[in-house]
Amino acid sequence: MSETDLDIPQLLDSVAAAATNELQAREIRSPILVGIHTGGVWVAEALHERLQARPPVGTLEVAFHRDDHASSGLKAAVQSSEVPVSLQDQPVLLVDDVIHTGRTTRAALNALFDYGRPSQVLLAVLVDRGGRELPIQPDIAGTRLTLPAGQRLKLRGPEPLRFTLEGGPS
Amino acid sequence: MSVQLDPQGQLRHLINTEGLPRDLLTRILDTAESFSEVLGKSVKKVPLLRGRTIVNLFFEPSTRTRTTFELAAQRLSADVLNIDVATSSTSKGENLLDMLRNLEAMQCDAFVVRHADSGAAEFIARNVAPGVSVINAGDGRHAHPTQALLDAFTIRRQKGPLEPLTIAIVGDILHSRVARSQIHALLGLGAGEVRVIAPRTLLPRAIERLGVRVHEDMDAGLEGADVVMMLRLQHERMQGALLPSEGEFFSRYGLTEQRLERTHPEAIVMHPGPVNRGVELDPRVADGPRSVILQQVTNGIAVRMAVMSIVLGGQGEAPTGPIEEVAG
Repeated sequence: MSETDLDIPQLLDSVAAAATNELQAREIRSPILVGIHTGGVWVAEALHERLQARPPVGTLEVAFHRDDHASSGLKAAVQSSEVPVSLQDQPVLLVDDVIHTGRTTRAALNALFDYGRPSQVLLAVLVDRGGRELPIQPDIAGTRLTLPAGQRLKLRGPEPLRFTLEGGPS
Repeated sequence: MSVQLDPQGQLRHLINTEGLPRDLLTRILDTAESFSEVLGKSVKKVPLLRGRTIVNLFFEPSTRTRTTFELAAQRLSADVLNIDVATSSTSKGENLLDMLRNLEAMQCDAFVVRHADSGAAEFIARNVAPGVSVINAGDGRHAHPTQALLDAFTIRRQKGPLEPLTIAIVGDILHSRVARSQIHALLGLGAGEVRVIAPRTLLPRAIERLGVRVHEDMDAGLEGADVVMMLRLQHERMQGALLPSEGEFFSRYGLTEQRLERTHPEAIVMHPGPVNRGVELDPRVADGPRSVILQQVTNGIAVRMAVMSIVLGGQGEAPTGPIEEVAG
């Protein structure tokens, strides 16, 4: 495991600025921020502060919607989803720390719709590391970089937030 | 080697709570906590076991247990097959292993087994094809692990961590698979003190060796307890004169409002159901403010979802270690 030199406050500022522009362009005043457990929740909370968003942050556990249960099983530490407001006809800003294959986002979208039919969903991530296996792209990314498939970029937190790299190039 | 765990320590079958590592017991309860949230939504269903098939194989009738297993499987999007064996082909002489082979040939992924003989679930677990899981839904006097886990889950939700708690199990310990599984689960989860309260005739020999304190006098046993777990008096399992009468049992071991005053003022009362009102439990206690009997039923679904999703996870390839969240 090694630390990275990714500057988290800077990435958060840049995601917040891009999100503000995108939300304005779409005439969205008050999006509901929903973070994907665990890293995405920390990012959503930090963005919530920067965007001065009103509705409380929702959290989403996607373990029960993943497509690899039959091969990889259920992860050990399953969290609980908590979506405190109805998503019906509301704009949602879905937040994750890293987008890689797109499978987590796919699972998150399915989990999200169990809480109602949002009017629209935007996806914001701190890091887009490429390597997509599904046709899913973030609307907002703090930075884009290319990593070998075998390496895992993981957000550690909650205080301070930092990225670590695990596993060698495969 | 336990049949329950694979060489990587993953839960493959759930036969008994005895000997399960504490982190695994905790993981089951934590996962159940997350499923409780799912069950509180308007869409009470997740796609986790879509395309998998779970067979409820009940050699002994139990509508309630079967219903909660069935609902749990459906909430996980599995297909469910209910087989009531008492009315099925074993009466035509088809033997058990033949029956299992036939069900496996239909590509079933898990058997939920209820049987009047102790050891039946383990026998089936040792004889199913690789990749098929067995969950014990009660076997003879031996074990009823999902009941014990839902009880532990209910206690944790109501009273918090188990370490400081004093838990009293009252009634027919001798014939109770529930009591045995409760004792192993509660001690395995680190419960502070587990007491059993029963007449000598309804206690297994050397029960103290499990790590419980024995009380024959109910008033003394209830003193300061945080949780009172009543057992059902098993009429159907009673042989001979272990008890003078149900009336006398109630007068010595029935839980009344007056007896409840001996416990901690915020003690909760539990019962695995169905309650024999006026035999183990005064109806006023069973329906009173301390009773969490209906919460137990609700929690049973989440706990069974947790067990099913853990034993059926990762059958495709053996995971190399604890499964962590994979970014992506």
